[in-house]
Amino acid sequence: MTRETWINVAALAVLLGVPLWALMADEPFIITLATRAAIFALAGVGLNLALGTGGLVSLGHAAFFGIGGYAMGILASHAQAYTPIMEVPFLIEGTKSMPVIWLVAMVTSALAALAIGALSLRTSGVYFIMITLAFGQMIYYFAISWPAYGGEDGLSIYVRNEFPGLNTLVPMQFFGLCFAILCLALLLMNAIHKSAFGLALSAARQNETRVLSVGMKPYHLRLVAFVISGAVTGLAGALFADLNRFVSPTMLSWQMSGEIIIFIIIGGVGRLFGPVIGAIIFILLEHTLGGLSEFWHVYLGALLLGIVLFAKGGVIGALAGREKAHD
Amino acid sequence: MTTLLFIEQMLNGLQFGVMLFLMSAGLTLVFGVMGLINLAHGSLYMIGAFAAAAVAAATGSFVLALMASLAAAALAGALIELTIIRRLYDRDHLDQVLATFALILIFSEGTRWLFGSFPLFLDVPPLLAGPVTLPGGIEYPAYRLSIIVIGLLVAVGMFGLINRTRVGIRIRAGEADREMIAALGVDIAKLYTFVFALGAALAGFAGALVGAIQSVQVGMGEPVLILAFVVIVIGGIGSIKGAFVGALLVGFTDTMGRVLLPQVFGLFLEPSAAVSVGSALASMLIYILMAGVLVFRPRGLYGVA
Repeated sequence: MTRETWINVAALAVLLGVPLWALMADEPFIITLATRAAIFALAGVGLNLALGTGGLVSLGHAAFFGIGGYAMGILASHAQAYTPIMEVPFLIEGTKSMPVIWLVAMVTSALAALAIGALSLRTSGVYFIMITLAFGQMIYYFAISWPAYGGEDGLSIYVRNEFPGLNTLVPMQFFGLCFAILCLALLLMNAIHKSAFGLALSAARQNETRVLSVGMKPYHLRLVAFVISGAVTGLAGALFADLNRFVSPTMLSWQMSGEIIIFIIIGGVGRLFGPVIGAIIFILLEHTLGGLSEFWHVYLGALLLGIVLFAKGGVIGALAGREKAHD
Repeated sequence: MTTLLFIEQMLNGLQFGVMLFLMSAGLTLVFGVMGLINLAHGSLYMIGAFAAAAVAAATGSFVLALMASLAAAALAGALIELTIIRRLYDRDHLDQVLATFALILIFSEGTRWLFGSFPLFLDVPPLLAGPVTLPGGIEYPAYRLSIIVIGLLVAVGMFGLINRTRVGIRIRAGEADREMIAALGVDIAKLYTFVFALGAALAGFAGALVGAIQSVQVGMGEPVLILAFVVIVIGGIGSIKGAFVGALLVGFTDTMGRVLLPQVFGLFLEPSAAVSVGSALASMLIYILMAGVLVFRPRGLYGVA
């Protein structure tokens, strides 16, 4: 086992161990914090495929996070009000079932990623950054000005949605669900990394001309990666909305996009477990510094600046060395 | 809708566009010359507004307030260029985005710590407080009209600076080939600091001018920053002319969309539905415009490939 593998195992052990300890010590709040970390990690894992492997700096991933959240909010609010979402041309009812909500969240955010990606990927570099940011903002303003689902005030759900065989209102059971999904997503990303598609995507980041010259289309590779990435982040959004039983345009805001990138940067760009470690550290910082000072974002900014200027590989890069680092 | 109202809205669109130009000019210059994407440009806008509000509250003079906004934003710009930004020129765009995002966090929370979370107010100077009557009998606020005039003057000044002066020649040379002009003996580090401070001053000035119409608060810069991104994506990154055309396009599209779309939908929808559909679509209109430009010209209207 390499040093990085040890770090990865340790990260998972911490993420699973802390809530187990909290369960013994009867500290439900700690379990909720761990759930937040697991969900943020999942959002980061999604973005990391585009950002780390594909080299696509998307500053609009909050769009997919929020669309996933709104998929949950809209389906569940119709289910709790017993009103159908639409009747013509065919009947669509709301639902409280998590698997259905997750599927809808992933499909809608994947479709949004397909539309945004198809346009944004015509450009590259700094244009791509600004355009993803602008499209994210477009959806944000749409959510604010569309009054049907709460507009600026957002949408509340009274009871957490249901998963067959579990009581999701018990913090530990909901954490277990989120943790299991995070592990599945990590397995999926690991498989993608090793697949022919993952290697080609990585190659397109390193040298576009060579990829073109062997007959592959970087545009298609990147679009597929962007869509998968959006779908995984959308799933995280649905879970996040379910955790808070609340969804609002804040989930779509560009600060959210920035935070998802921060999870990846703190942990290490392009590393499989980068977002997991980054999200754990972010939650720790938010909890400890947020308790010390109202203005904890100043320290977060200083830390981020320090990492960008002096410690490029993030925490994993610092601990595990550069042997498998991204270039 | 009457012709008078229409012309008034056109003027509002022009005023908005001119403001966006002040914001975009610095952003596009900094990208064109140094190849840097600066998210903290919105923070410089905010710094200008806060400096103006603080000085206006202390002295009561609007002119001093405007000068303070220029000075404070230019100073803040030069300071971050010398300490942080210049380490980023050789880095990739991801690092630039992150470092300048970190600067936003620091500036926003720092301002909140200094001035508190409540918005400040900057009053329109008494001389410009009332309306003026334009030819054709249109009543228009004098302050908004002077923003248009000042903004257009600054635009002319910028074109003159870039196209007619020695510094402008160096800036354009820096855009074309930075190694070459360094080799010709131009102190490139000083030039970069100057360009960055100039862009910052324009952003701070825009912040102060708009601050008198809206409230001065933390987080006021970021929505404008994102609009400025839309502007320079439409105009083509690095082009001052593109920034000007893009800013006016975005200003008109946004203002007219908000006025006209609810009325257009009112023709075939019931009033309440027309307002909600119209205003929701109006808030997306400039992004749709941007997407449309991108389909036909991925490098923007005046961008070079």
